[in-house]
Amino acid sequence: MNFMKIDQISPDQVIFFQYYFIKLNLTILFTWLIMALLVIGSWFITRNLSTSPKIGYGQNLLEILVSGIQGQINEISRQKAARYMPFIGTLFIFIAFCNLLTVVPGYESPTASLSTTAALAICVFISVPLFGIIRRGLIGYLKQYIEPTIFMLPFNIMGEITRTLALAVRLFGNIMSGSKIAAILLAIIPFIFPVIMQLLGLLTGLIQAYIFAVLAMVYIGSATQIQAKTQSEPEPQSNTHKNNDQ
Amino acid sequence: MTSISLIAMASIITAGLTIAIGSIGPALGEGRAVANALSAIAQQPDEKNTITRTLFVGLAMIESTAIYCFVVSMILLFANPFWNYVLSAAN
Repeated sequence: MNFMKIDQISPDQVIFFQYYFIKLNLTILFTWLIMALLVIGSWFITRNLSTSPKIGYGQNLLEILVSGIQGQINEISRQKAARYMPFIGTLFIFIAFCNLLTVVPGYESPTASLSTTAALAICVFISVPLFGIIRRGLIGYLKQYIEPTIFMLPFNIMGEITRTLALAVRLFGNIMSGSKIAAILLAIIPFIFPVIMQLLGLLTGLIQAYIFAVLAMVYIGSATQIQAKTQSEPEPQSNTHKNNDQ
Repeated sequence: MTSISLIAMASIITAGLTIAIGSIGPALGEGRAVANALSAIAQQPDEKNTITRTLFVGLAMIESTAIYCFVVSMILLFANPFWNYVLSAAN
């Protein structure tokens, strides 16, 4: 069962249901399904949490996930994780679920559509100055655009835009290429080989979710980083990530 | 040769060339990055987490060049704008 034909590169092009001007395409459908799955699943698990040594499977899973994300945020930003946890954690879990559910037949990942990934990248694009202004103040944040000299201003602004574009196209290209190559191979070598490519796609999908979340955190971390006033504290290491926007 | 077959030929050849040439550079770069990361882990196994994370982020950065090429070749093959333009002009 496959909704997408081989010459359609985006699930946006598959119209599921149309009522005058209201179109329901596969991207919207599966995005809402995943959102419902995540919300209902988390609600179901967190309904009865326990602090006793004996905990349920679901609580154990969520604790591993949450503490893992917290540890990563702490390591990257060297700040308290609680402030960035909701945003980064949501990004990671949403993208990871979008990509991992491709093992279900008939499912098309919403991240294989450029509109989903562009929306996620725009969320990062907006949240970077928001977190920066909250932490450093408006002047302090804007000062980093003219940091070495004022001549760097256009390049800094350009870097801000191109890294958002790169974030969107990277996720879209990886996921779309995975599903497209599986579909093409299915037409050429039908039996074993597409399964291996699907397994590889699962790995790529998880790594891409990780990379998206880490890059979002690196961008936010470099915008919120305050220069250490005292010499006793070592410089945070996220300085090296500052200009790796491509 | 009609303009439709000309566009088809140009698109197919360019798509193949795009992904063929565009994947050479990232492949070499990723190979170098992974080799250096492995020797760094061999020298300092304690820093494994940081090295692995930086490696993954760096690989994503390098890989995005190849992904751009792939997206361009996919657009040429499956969502070619000139194709639709010529078809609508012919009708």
